[in-house]
Amino acid sequence: MASTAVMVEGAPRPGRVRAFLLRLRSGDEVAHLITLVFASAILLITVLLVFELYRNSALSRERFGWHFLTTRTWDPVFENFGALPFIFGTVVTSAVGLLLAIPLGVGAAIFLAELAPPRISDALAFTIELLAAVPSVIYGLLAIFTLVPLLRTVVQPFLKKHLGFIPLFQGPNYGVGLLAAGIILAIMIVPFIISISREVLIAVPVEQREAALALGATRWESTWKVVVPYARAGILGSIFLAMARALGETMAVTMVIGNDPKITSSLFAPGYSIAAVIANEFTEATSDLYIHALIELGLVLFVLTIILNGLARLLILATQRKGTAHP
Amino acid sequence: MKKQWSILRGLLIVGSLLAAGLLWQAQRSVAAPAAPVLLNGAGATFPYPIYSKWFDEYHKLHPDIQINYQSIGSGGGIRQVLAGTVDFGATDGPMTDEQLQDYKGKLGHDILHFPTVLGADVPTYNIPGFSGQLKFTPEALAGIFLGKITRWNDPAIASVNPGVNLPGNDIVVVHRSDGSGTTYVWVDYLCKVSEEWRTKVGRGTSVNWPVGLGGKGNEGVAGLVKQTPNSVGYVELIYAIQNKMPYGTVRNSAGNFINADLASVTAAAAGAAKEMPEDFRVSITNAPGKNAYPISSFTWLLVPATIADGAKRTTITDFLHWMLTGGQNLAEPLAYARLPKEVVSKEVKAISRIR
Amino acid sequence: MNYRMAWRKSVNAAMLSLTGLCTLLTVSVLFFILGYLVWNGAGAINWDFFTKLPKPVGETGGGMANAIVGSAKLLLLAALTGVPIGFMGGVYLAEFGGKTFSFLVRYTTDLLNGVPSIVMGIFAYTMVVLPMKHFSTLAGGLALGVMMIPIAVRSTEEFLRTVPSSLREGALALGASKWKAIATVVIPAALRGILTGIVLDLARVAGETAPLLFTAFNNRFWSPGWNQPTASLPVMIFTYAIAPYEDWHRQAWAAGLVLLGLVLLANITARVVLARKLSSVAG
Repeated sequence: MASTAVMVEGAPRPGRVRAFLLRLRSGDEVAHLITLVFASAILLITVLLVFELYRNSALSRERFGWHFLTTRTWDPVFENFGALPFIFGTVVTSAVGLLLAIPLGVGAAIFLAELAPPRISDALAFTIELLAAVPSVIYGLLAIFTLVPLLRTVVQPFLKKHLGFIPLFQGPNYGVGLLAAGIILAIMIVPFIISISREVLIAVPVEQREAALALGATRWESTWKVVVPYARAGILGSIFLAMARALGETMAVTMVIGNDPKITSSLFAPGYSIAAVIANEFTEATSDLYIHALIELGLVLFVLTIILNGLARLLILATQRKGTAHP
Repeated sequence: MKKQWSILRGLLIVGSLLAAGLLWQAQRSVAAPAAPVLLNGAGATFPYPIYSKWFDEYHKLHPDIQINYQSIGSGGGIRQVLAGTVDFGATDGPMTDEQLQDYKGKLGHDILHFPTVLGADVPTYNIPGFSGQLKFTPEALAGIFLGKITRWNDPAIASVNPGVNLPGNDIVVVHRSDGSGTTYVWVDYLCKVSEEWRTKVGRGTSVNWPVGLGGKGNEGVAGLVKQTPNSVGYVELIYAIQNKMPYGTVRNSAGNFINADLASVTAAAAGAAKEMPEDFRVSITNAPGKNAYPISSFTWLLVPATIADGAKRTTITDFLHWMLTGGQNLAEPLAYARLPKEVVSKEVKAISRIR
Repeated sequence: MNYRMAWRKSVNAAMLSLTGLCTLLTVSVLFFILGYLVWNGAGAINWDFFTKLPKPVGETGGGMANAIVGSAKLLLLAALTGVPIGFMGGVYLAEFGGKTFSFLVRYTTDLLNGVPSIVMGIFAYTMVVLPMKHFSTLAGGLALGVMMIPIAVRSTEEFLRTVPSSLREGALALGASKWKAIATVVIPAALRGILTGIVLDLARVAGETAPLLFTAFNNRFWSPGWNQPTASLPVMIFTYAIAPYEDWHRQAWAAGLVLLGLVLLANITARVVLARKLSSVAG
């Protein structure tokens, strides 16, 4: 029943502010207000962040406009800045990372969801989630001293010898470069793909599996042809999430990518990612335009991750609804 | 279940008490009897070994003074000084006229350059099977860093190194990925000896490198060269020495191949010492003189001409005095050459410009 | 048994073992990381590491005492900023939220979660370092604190939602006002889950390097108070790892081992507690 201010004969109607303050005397309203203030703080901080990124990249945006995204040069001496080499490096290393992580991750998720007995599955999933907790700088530390020498002395010469007809595997062999960054990214994002995919696979109704098996499918066929397609959206969502994570990864990539803003066709070549160039050059950008260009790069990265995260959430949500829907 | 929870709770309580105790201890250990003076500086990696030695020694002499210096590259030193986030900067590439104007416009007063030591950029390399000393001509260095000379056994290198069995491997070029005065000194030299370099790449603390891998700081470049076979990079002399890396001699303008050491670096500064400009900004690369090492440079501290905080001002001026006297004695063991006498006396006078 | 059946059976066996291999590979990476760090770092961990300050460049010895204390201070500040905002925000979403405003808050929390850590560093630089004209522990702590908010909100909201409505209704039936019910019944019931979520959150930001590079910066000495730049474990690891000095590499391994050890310890404890709690609620 709607309650309105009680009208007493002859008494003046309380003003809106007074009414609000009167309501405030109740503890509930106070609690509501306090939590509301904190929740608004989150809104405020986010808006402020986007605003600051936008405002502090103004010089660069005005000077270069949309050409910023397509220019290949990054020249601090002649003050000509373009984002393309960094977008290239970011995209290529993330692509290599995903190419390696997706089969590995989905495969492991299938094993954990379908084959492993529940307790072992839980224990292994627990261990894999711990991998996600390892700080990026420690991955970088290990990569410098183990992965890079391994690539330089064993893996890259091997690839060059046997697959050297593909442009991807040609060129001088440094150890550091796009391939090294791609591999370390793969290791870093695989736990995300595994844990989310495992959960969406487990959520697939058992009737689906049983129906397939009843029709004479082998275990593998039931999994690959029925269960996985059912959970397809969620798995795709986990991939997008992993992609978003890979794009923003800074430390491990900076330590092994070679720090050269060039666009090449070889995976062995050094490259540069958006996050890595910001980390290396931010404290040293000597002119205002230089700093604004770096911040504009940060803005580009931010927008990319927002888009991917949004897509990921939608997809995962779609699977969850589907999974719990009545068949 | 309840047991795990109480264990966790107990751990959290003990942990936070321990943390609080540690923090309290740490704060107390820093609170010196006299109010501690803290200065923050940032900049060049070129002189980092001698600066960190100086600030450490100075702290031993004056325990209530802490000068925290971070080597983030000369570009960083200039940028942070322009932003006003540090008390002093350090660079081996002197600030340009525009940067000086910019500083004056932003902070309202001038910034002063104070030379501290002399150092040298050396070409360090990692050639498997060869640990001797290579000779480099100016054309060879420019060609390598332009990406035109791509193999170690190229005639430009081999012709001046008879008797050395240079491999036919590809040269891996290593340069700085951060804004660097060491870079400035190197490209300043290349601009003077190679017209193509001057027009194509130019000089600055950060340039658009035609080829190569990027390492962060002198430390990063030395690290990369050390770990990458067939590589060549440029580092400040002490980094090559401390890491026992081979480095080459360079032919100077008089035609002699000179090894970078105290004598040859001092020789490079001899001419400039007599004609030092008032603001101390001078380039001594490719200096005349038959024994001069061609890739030498002064390195400067950037100090604001007006320092409001009295304690900080006294500390900086006192430090500068010490640096020009006792501090200079610590330079040579670390392979930096002392400042010429003429420069020292000019600087002592200049310190009084700090108000 | 005809060809087709045999083929399908062998494909079955092959693919299933392949997936097992994938799992083995992934799990072994964790053990490789731990093993390698222990192998290289254990020898370098000595009393000096925990108590001494770094030595000048090129000299061997010294330790990372200031980095350890610096990291602790940064985490303290991060918790002080991130936890209240995150916790209260989560309470709002779970208990009080209006429809559109809740959607906005959730959307922006997600947005904030997706911000790359280096961009967070830029934000803290423009908002704190530039106006203060100082690199500082404060700036670094704030950057880390803002990074903590999204996960704190999410875990608070989720655990509050798991509290059975019977508990809520029981409290209200006994005459408690809404806020009293929340404060004295609902939150304590969810507290264990919320706290473990926060511990996981802290462990995550403890290893973050990028936001500190131009906020807390670095310091060769002790950093008194909150206004000065400070050393921190992740930044020291980064600086030492890319340098050429063997002694610095040795110290980087030790620091890596200490950092990873603490992070894993926090994670394992928190998850074990969570698992027990969830199983108790489900029952």
